[in-house]
Amino acid sequence: MASTKARTGPGVVERTTLRNGLRVVLLPDDSAPVIGVAVYYDVGIRSEPEGRTGFAHLFEHLMFQGSASLGKMEHIRYVESSGGWLNGSTRLDYTNYYEALPAHALERALFLEADRMRSPAVTEENLANQIAVVEEEIRVNVHNQPYGGFPWLTLPAVLFETFPNAHDGYGAFAELESATVDDARDFFARYYAPGNAVLAVSGDLDPDATVALIERYFGDIPRRRVPARPDFAEPAPTSERRQQHVDRQAPAPAVALGWRVPDPADLAAYLPVLALAGVLGSGDASRLTRRLVHADRTATDAGSHVSFMENPLDVRDPTALVAEVRLPEGGDPDAVVRAVDEEIARVATDGVPPDELRRVVARTSAELHQLADNVMERTLAAASYEQQRGRAELVWEVPAMLRAVTPEQVTAAAATLTPTTRARLDVVPGSPS
Amino acid sequence: MSPASRAAAPREVPALAAPRRPRLPRSSERVLANGLRVVAVRRPAVPLVHLRLRVPTATRRARDIGRTELLAQSMLLGTDRRSEAALADALQAMGGGLRAGGDPDGLTLAGESLAPELGGLLDVLGEVLTGATYPRALVERERTRLAERGRLQLSQPPSAAADVWAARRYGEHPYGRRIPRPEEVLEIAPGSLRATHGRRITPDGAVLVIVGDVAPARALDLAERHLGGWAASARTDAVPRVPAIETGPLLLVDRPGSVQANLRFGGDAPDLSDPSFPAVQVADAIFTGLFSSRLIANLREDKGYTYGSYSTMRHQRAGSSIAVGVDVATDVAAPALVETLYELGRIVTLPPQPDEVEAAVQYLTGTAVLGAATQSGLADTLLQLVVRGLDVSWLRDHPARLAAVDPDQVHAAAAALLAPSRLVWTVLGDADRLHAPLATVTEVTTLAGA
Repeated sequence: MASTKARTGPGVVERTTLRNGLRVVLLPDDSAPVIGVAVYYDVGIRSEPEGRTGFAHLFEHLMFQGSASLGKMEHIRYVESSGGWLNGSTRLDYTNYYEALPAHALERALFLEADRMRSPAVTEENLANQIAVVEEEIRVNVHNQPYGGFPWLTLPAVLFETFPNAHDGYGAFAELESATVDDARDFFARYYAPGNAVLAVSGDLDPDATVALIERYFGDIPRRRVPARPDFAEPAPTSERRQQHVDRQAPAPAVALGWRVPDPADLAAYLPVLALAGVLGSGDASRLTRRLVHADRTATDAGSHVSFMENPLDVRDPTALVAEVRLPEGGDPDAVVRAVDEEIARVATDGVPPDELRRVVARTSAELHQLADNVMERTLAAASYEQQRGRAELVWEVPAMLRAVTPEQVTAAAATLTPTTRARLDVVPGSPS
Repeated sequence: MSPASRAAAPREVPALAAPRRPRLPRSSERVLANGLRVVAVRRPAVPLVHLRLRVPTATRRARDIGRTELLAQSMLLGTDRRSEAALADALQAMGGGLRAGGDPDGLTLAGESLAPELGGLLDVLGEVLTGATYPRALVERERTRLAERGRLQLSQPPSAAADVWAARRYGEHPYGRRIPRPEEVLEIAPGSLRATHGRRITPDGAVLVIVGDVAPARALDLAERHLGGWAASARTDAVPRVPAIETGPLLLVDRPGSVQANLRFGGDAPDLSDPSFPAVQVADAIFTGLFSSRLIANLREDKGYTYGSYSTMRHQRAGSSIAVGVDVATDVAAPALVETLYELGRIVTLPPQPDEVEAAVQYLTGTAVLGAATQSGLADTLLQLVVRGLDVSWLRDHPARLAAVDPDQVHAAAAALLAPSRLVWTVLGDADRLHAPLATVTEVTTLAGA
């Protein structure tokens, strides 16, 4: 039987690079008349300069304020009045901008992203307005929230020593308020070159026609120098690092532990750590939940995951496996930490039964399938995989790679999580003074 | 000179292409002998299957919300065949999960698994529905956790502010309690849940939706095999009538030291099936539902007072509601209230511009297509429709209903929905700093915090 290669559906990736360096990946899939568009710039919180904490995120806000062809709010209005929604986010290693729309809005969405890649409207007025908005965002999510920023903003400061890895990516108010229009223009010039970005489009699209539209709208954005990505590596702890955070809004104690893990670029070494995080702390069948919540009843919730603020396949080195435990009022954090150590030691010495690992991998695979079912999530993952790993196909390939992880690899990963190489952060409920 | 400061010439925004018709899912349906209605839809995009089960069972008193939630949270603690650990292992092995949640109108069980495991997932579901044992010691454990969670939610401004608004709107009606009070939860007798389950968790009026990579006929057969033995009880189930809305002064609830004021306002809304619903949706979208809405353009993008505002329409059995939330720094609470009243006044006294209506209609139409384009989104949407006696045809016909909405209808809908004089107003925040400035704008009653 003659076979023709499918040009739509799971597994299909088309890629091209424009002359200005913009990398493009397309994932055609006509199962629903919708599309996702995402632009990933290879700059994040780790790249912001000292004295300018929070700047990468503040700049993300400025990218929504208008551009060469669009007045304030027009970008947003065009996406919404085309039947779509949009957002952006700033993470340790990237800043992304994305929208999901009915398929017939594809050309318009490409135009909108190209217009702000060419020339965002960075003005004094927009900057002052968005500094105020970002401060409200920080009040909502951190200052006025019990456990605000725990542990994603606060644990890195304990585990890491260098500014790029340790600092608070939301930023200090004084530093946000000292940001200038020139800072923003310099940041754009340096990091938002087309060659420093990946554009991903997925959904109900014709690949050839889409490439032609991308050439039309992005092709004449001038090529600019692409900054070399700095090496953010720093040595792992050789003794336990500890801090306490008094939180007068928190009703009960909490504790987070973090351990450095292998470079995510090396999937063969990194995927066993993801499987270990699943064994230890994902769901009701996990070991930390069974021990701390079900058996000892020393915790109300317990879990573990890899990375601080993004998904574990969306981050570069250095990152961490994080265990997070919420205690009841008056609970004993030291007892909880001892129990976590025992559970990790038990994996390291007794190993993981193969059927337990199979269960964890089945659940993780199902979660990855569910993300791939969503046109926006699929687009985001494709852009990130292409940018950080040069392989958008990982959207569909990771489940099989996870199935290849062996119990011995998980056991070996557990042996690296020792009390003397970790960071520990305690949230201590404080009385209002 | 940096590229950003070199003015690029403006270009023309391209038009939209011709819209593509979404292919609507075909649904298959069967009513089992015990009364359970099962709806199945095939969507093969990824090798998963999702289920949603809704059991209507009204909570009669606000203080019993905790009992409903504890019942839901304790359903998976063991059955006559399997322990808690064995259930969790079985679900995990299917790549699956199963969660139960309670609200004043009933319980929802939501789950998913790898597609070939649907039989196993339905087997666990049937086993829980007919044989959950509620072991006393484990229920006690979950009772403590639920009480701790209540304490946490009461300490979190967004959830606490929603509770304050609901209590002000609904009083002692169960809709008035969003967070079970820890002291009420701790009074529940752990040994009483099994009987509660027998009385309340029955197939009478229940609905099961199955969506995923499975042939509908097979899904219906599997549902019949595993849930056919769930015994009916012919119980009657009515939600207490909600009290008429009682407007009055803005209620300020003290949260000492709070750096923000959490403003909530809202009132009654029409049901999904009401003829005015499409115009109400458009009015809500123009006022604050869109990111490019009037309230966000004013409070966030012009004044910088807030990170965002949002509205929530809750479709409940005894009456739907709308509530809008805005969180602002304490210092700007009074001017933010003034701007909010201005925008409300504008939308209830004047018809919107035709292009505002058109934008909102496009947004509501497009995002509905996006929402139904995933297995889990379609399952959630279908459940919401089927529970209200509607079906997938509502999804098919709604774009035409939205397209027929004109500015005058939006004006009339807004006047009925958002007139400031018909709304209930609450603020959670630092009363010492908020009372005087708010009282210069409107009448304020202050209450000590929880």
